[in-house]
Amino acid sequence: MKLLTANFLACAVKGCKAAASSYPLHFKDAELEMQEVDFQPEFIHNIIPRVDWEGLRVMANELGFPNIPGSKPEGDMLNDEQTLRDLHKLLLETHVVDGKLCCGHCGHEYVIKEGIANFLLPSHLV
Amino acid sequence: MASDTLVGSQQEDAYEEKNVHEVYQQIAHHFSSTRYKPWPIVKQFLTDLKPGSIGLDVGCGNGKNLSVNKDVFIVASDRSVNLARIAQRHQPHSTVVADILSLPHPDSSFDFAISIAVIHHLSTPERRISAIREILRTIKPASASAPGGKALIYVWALEQKDSRRGWDKGDQQDRMVPWVMKGTASAGSEPQVFHRYYHLYQASELEQNINEAGGHVLDSGYEKDNWWVIATRPCPKSS
Repeated sequence: MKLLTANFLACAVKGCKAAASSYPLHFKDAELEMQEVDFQPEFIHNIIPRVDWEGLRVMANELGFPNIPGSKPEGDMLNDEQTLRDLHKLLLETHVVDGKLCCGHCGHEYVIKEGIANFLLPSHLV
Repeated sequence: MASDTLVGSQQEDAYEEKNVHEVYQQIAHHFSSTRYKPWPIVKQFLTDLKPGSIGLDVGCGNGKNLSVNKDVFIVASDRSVNLARIAQRHQPHSTVVADILSLPHPDSSFDFAISIAVIHHLSTPERRISAIREILRTIKPASASAPGGKALIYVWALEQKDSRRGWDKGDQQDRMVPWVMKGTASAGSEPQVFHRYYHLYQASELEQNINEAGGHVLDSGYEKDNWWVIATRPCPKSS
């Protein structure tokens, strides 16, 4: 699972959506793998404004990437190829292939297996 | 009574587990090999999106609609692990396993959502409306300054007298529809038949479901044996 994907995920439990602590989810026992994806500068340039930067910083930090800029790159910074390449690598090429995603509100853990996170809930949480 | 509702919904859950989810798990590869071309309305909807849009494909199946537009980012989901795995190959998009009634996405965040040939697999009107409500929850509501997100929902029509099934107005809407998987010639095995539950939608029923789910119908129509709607979420102040 890409880090970009994780930016758009929250706990599947209905009651958790309103709680601030349910986003972002937290990685646990994450096994990382770099997977090459074609570099499309335009794509990264257009996607960045839609990324929840604080959520990304929290998740990246938990995965051992502490050097994410404090504020989201904007304007001219998004025309800098190196900036776009770095973000491409972080958002699209850094994959969590195995591990868990945990909700900071209810504590439920979602398993990531072979790169796919499973959000099906046990019946008592539906 | 609350306990009755709970039992009812668990029974429906179990019913769909057996008559929809388990079947798709088993037919995933054969199903996928027969599904490769996005339908015209779906293709148009995805092609028209602004580059950099973020959206969902709820019930993505093998991911055939993920190949249409690589300038947007789609988080696709399916109830079947086997189909989600097949759908995962479509870069730059991404796939997770999730249930349409409990989507793992924040509220009011997405520019668009599609759910193509999915809602008709839910076995009661309440569950179909809940599924639509859950999709609408994820898209941005309209505001005074912006139209908000758009959802394209597509379901199988009862009115399809020219199709090989030949159903039409007045026929039964809730059906078990066979999926025939031919045996391999070398093994000389018999064809296997699986049955999937469907609710066939009649004219204007999908629009009614959208309204009951609190959505606004922006556009709707009929395309080759299916009804479709493009829906938005009304501005919270005006509703």
